[in-house]
Amino acid sequence: MTPNRILWLVVKLAAAAAMAAAGYAIFFIAPDEQTMHDIQRIFYIHVASAWTAGVAFLIVALAGVLYLVKRQPRFDWLGIAAAETGVAFTSVVLITGPIWAKPIWGIWWTWDARLTLTFVLWLMYIAYLLLRSLIEDPQRRSVLCAVYGIFAFADVPLVYMSIRWWRTQHPQPVIGGGQGSGLDPTMWKVLLFTWAAVSLLFALMIRQRYRLESARYQTEVLRQELEDRKEAPAAPSRA
Amino acid sequence: MKNFESIFAAYLVFWAIVFVYSFTVSRRLARTEQDLESLKQQLRK
Repeated sequence: MTPNRILWLVVKLAAAAAMAAAGYAIFFIAPDEQTMHDIQRIFYIHVASAWTAGVAFLIVALAGVLYLVKRQPRFDWLGIAAAETGVAFTSVVLITGPIWAKPIWGIWWTWDARLTLTFVLWLMYIAYLLLRSLIEDPQRRSVLCAVYGIFAFADVPLVYMSIRWWRTQHPQPVIGGGQGSGLDPTMWKVLLFTWAAVSLLFALMIRQRYRLESARYQTEVLRQELEDRKEAPAAPSRA
Repeated sequence: MKNFESIFAAYLVFWAIVFVYSFTVSRRLARTEQDLESLKQQLRK
């Protein structure tokens, strides 16, 4: 077993242990919220997934910049891996949000700034994935996706700031939200621990998707090599 | 526990998305690695 494989095995075990511990902390250590009570426990996975999606889209943008500067395929693979994983976590946010909202707001969904911008974010990265599948030329695809990934990231700070700039149905910020806002210290610890556990899971998911893209690239290279060999005229034999 | 169904549904959604996504990537990866191996063999001939 190579040291790299051992490292990833350790990450896998750490992720499993951390997720189990996060589950215990969410249900048995985090205090009861005064107005929402138990339903507020969705907060931990909802917020941790939202932060993870934000990190994923930041990776897409950074990988895009690095690809445009260095033109190395590995940055393109990282971009697609982060985009797809980010879409998965944004999907979690968009589904767990309404499940939490219904008993509290009485409605599943409303088109307020935070919810709408998050939905737009999800659509933008779905479009990124579609763009990749529609462009056949690999170089053109990588360049366009890198540029798109950089511009699409502009929605992430908008999502973050939306509850500060506009009046929304979505709760006002409890983190860095100014006077009167805040989170119980134990809730904070549980949230940060859950985010760390989800981040380990995210690292595993992104690595797996990166490996897929790398294998696809190698397959394309070998396929091209095979075709070139078939097309090349046979060497003349000496009489 | 009040609203147990909603809490259960939210955590189920999280795990379902993580597992389904990881499973589909694993399958795609296995298929691609198989293709890669067969191409390598063809090139060795």
